Amino acid sequence: METVIFLLFALLAVASSLVVVLHKNPVYSTMSLVVTLFSVAVLFVLLGAPFIGALQVLIYTGAILVLFLFVLMLLNITREESAVTAQKGQLAAAVLGALVFGGMLLLLVLEARRPLDPMTEELVSMKGLARSLFTEYLLPFEIVGLLLLVAVIGATVVARRPPQPGPTVSGLETPEEIEP
Amino acid sequence: MAPSLIATLINVAVMLGFVLTVVPVMVWVERRGSALIQDRPGPNRLGPLGLIQPLADALKFMFKEDVTPNAVDKPLYLLAPALAIMPAMLTISVIPFGPDLTINGRTYPLAITNAPAGVLLFLALASLGVYSLVLAGYASNNKFSLMGAIRASAQMISYELALTLAVLAVVIPVGSFNPADIVAYQRQHVWMFIPEILGFLVFLIASFAETNRLPFDLPEAESELVAGFHTEYSAMRFAAFFMGEYMSMTSLSALGVTLYFGGWSLPGVDLHGWIGAIVGLLVLVAKIAFCMAVFVWVRWSFPRFRYDQLMRLGWKVLLPIAIVNLILISALTLAGVL
Amino acid sequence: MSVPVSWYLALSAVLFAIGAAGALTRRNGISIFLSIELMLNAGNLALIAYARQWMQHTGQIVVFFVMAVAAAEAAIGLALFIAVYRQRRTIDVNRINLMRW
Repeated sequence: METVIFLLFALLAVASSLVVVLHKNPVYSTMSLVVTLFSVAVLFVLLGAPFIGALQVLIYTGAILVLFLFVLMLLNITREESAVTAQKGQLAAAVLGALVFGGMLLLLVLEARRPLDPMTEELVSMKGLARSLFTEYLLPFEIVGLLLLVAVIGATVVARRPPQPGPTVSGLETPEEIEP
Repeated sequence: MAPSLIATLINVAVMLGFVLTVVPVMVWVERRGSALIQDRPGPNRLGPLGLIQPLADALKFMFKEDVTPNAVDKPLYLLAPALAIMPAMLTISVIPFGPDLTINGRTYPLAITNAPAGVLLFLALASLGVYSLVLAGYASNNKFSLMGAIRASAQMISYELALTLAVLAVVIPVGSFNPADIVAYQRQHVWMFIPEILGFLVFLIASFAETNRLPFDLPEAESELVAGFHTEYSAMRFAAFFMGEYMSMTSLSALGVTLYFGGWSLPGVDLHGWIGAIVGLLVLVAKIAFCMAVFVWVRWSFPRFRYDQLMRLGWKVLLPIAIVNLILISALTLAGVL
Repeated sequence: MSVPVSWYLALSAVLFAIGAAGALTRRNGISIFLSIELMLNAGNLALIAYARQWMQHTGQIVVFFVMAVAAAEAAIGLALFIAVYRQRRTIDVNRINLMRW
């Protein structure tokens, strides 16, 4: 049963990540990334981290990708701009790379390690995670909090609309954005 | 089939049946309720007290011409109404509607999923509700829809933060994200809205914003943006947005009731067994019905928030209050009071 | 039969490779950003797989931090894109090349 779920969501993740990378329209890429991240969240739950899986959906698909869509719509970016130019020898390099990569993947898939220990309540529970987070990893936790504060302030400052110039200053045109 | 699978299917049938039945009832309640508040009769032609009105609305939606504008982004245009209904149906799956039933020695929890991360799962799936608005606005190829979508996305992610903090403050004294444990705690102690009145207020206001109901319905405001993000949708697709809104109201009310008002439990009454399950379900339905009535009541009593006022309220008022509530509850829990 | 951890690692490698290919070949700045998010998630998957193998919480906690850092990075990166768009009216990374040789 677990194998079926794994194969299903792994295939889904790979397929939608290919769409992310190949589709011309960034909005479709973002929606495919939503599907990919959702599949990865399911795989997290399979691996005994249901809280991280729920957090993945909550943070990544629920907030970060909405922010991506928001910016895409604000700046009205709907198509890829310049064309992709092929380099010389690109095909040979791609084939060689794919072969090496495929070989390594094969080794990974066929590898047989010792069987996994059964999942314990300790690994899955939020209490164990929280205990480690607030004792062993307290310093990184606080630093990440500070980092998020810096990011909020930084993003607000960087994205601020520059003060509108008076009629005597030339060269600056009003940007053609959508004002929410 | 495995007995647990049958139990899950029965749970699914009960909860989905409830959520799908709510929609026509809410259509009637909304129209008669708004008429009552506005001192006018409301629908009274079809059946006694206009009770057949939702059926007439459903028939109208089914037979109306389905106009798809020419220049829309077809796949996303068609996806958006489906995405409106999906999160509401998914989130109702973590709400327990009765005490654990013990049949033939096995205990069956009365919720579709008894996930240990239940409340977090609810919030995660509810946050997917933004996508239907955003995609509808984008795909419609229409400036008004786009503005509606942009406002909707900003509004929903801002208020999600306050909502999550309010919910977190409930989880701290209980010590578990599982809604069944939260209900059990409230059965032993007091209903959570009494010690957490600040958090409850934040939850209430944020839930209005999350479901795009007045006073926060700028994304679909009728007098502002034509019809906002669902301007270009007609017939069944518009009905899908409509249904999605009522269903997400229901599931968010269900969460609020489970977190703050004891869920399916009655104070002082010990519910168990089959009678307990049925009474628990009815109690839950009654509490959710009360919350939905409050939603309708507030909708027709308040004017709409302007967009900048809305954002200011979310970030500068609700978020600090939610944080203060969190600190207060943590202090009380550490002191052993809760 | 339970899924061996090396399969999760293989999946992580595939996702990472796809993300890297996207980040290297796309022209649109936001698409590059999406590919970077994909790479971060591939890393997260590998970390959680190892947390499962060694039955430790460390992997999960690092993923927690990676998600927070990715959120911060997304916020600032998108703010930068907005600022660049205001000046150059394009997000095409081939055209935003004032600092190139």
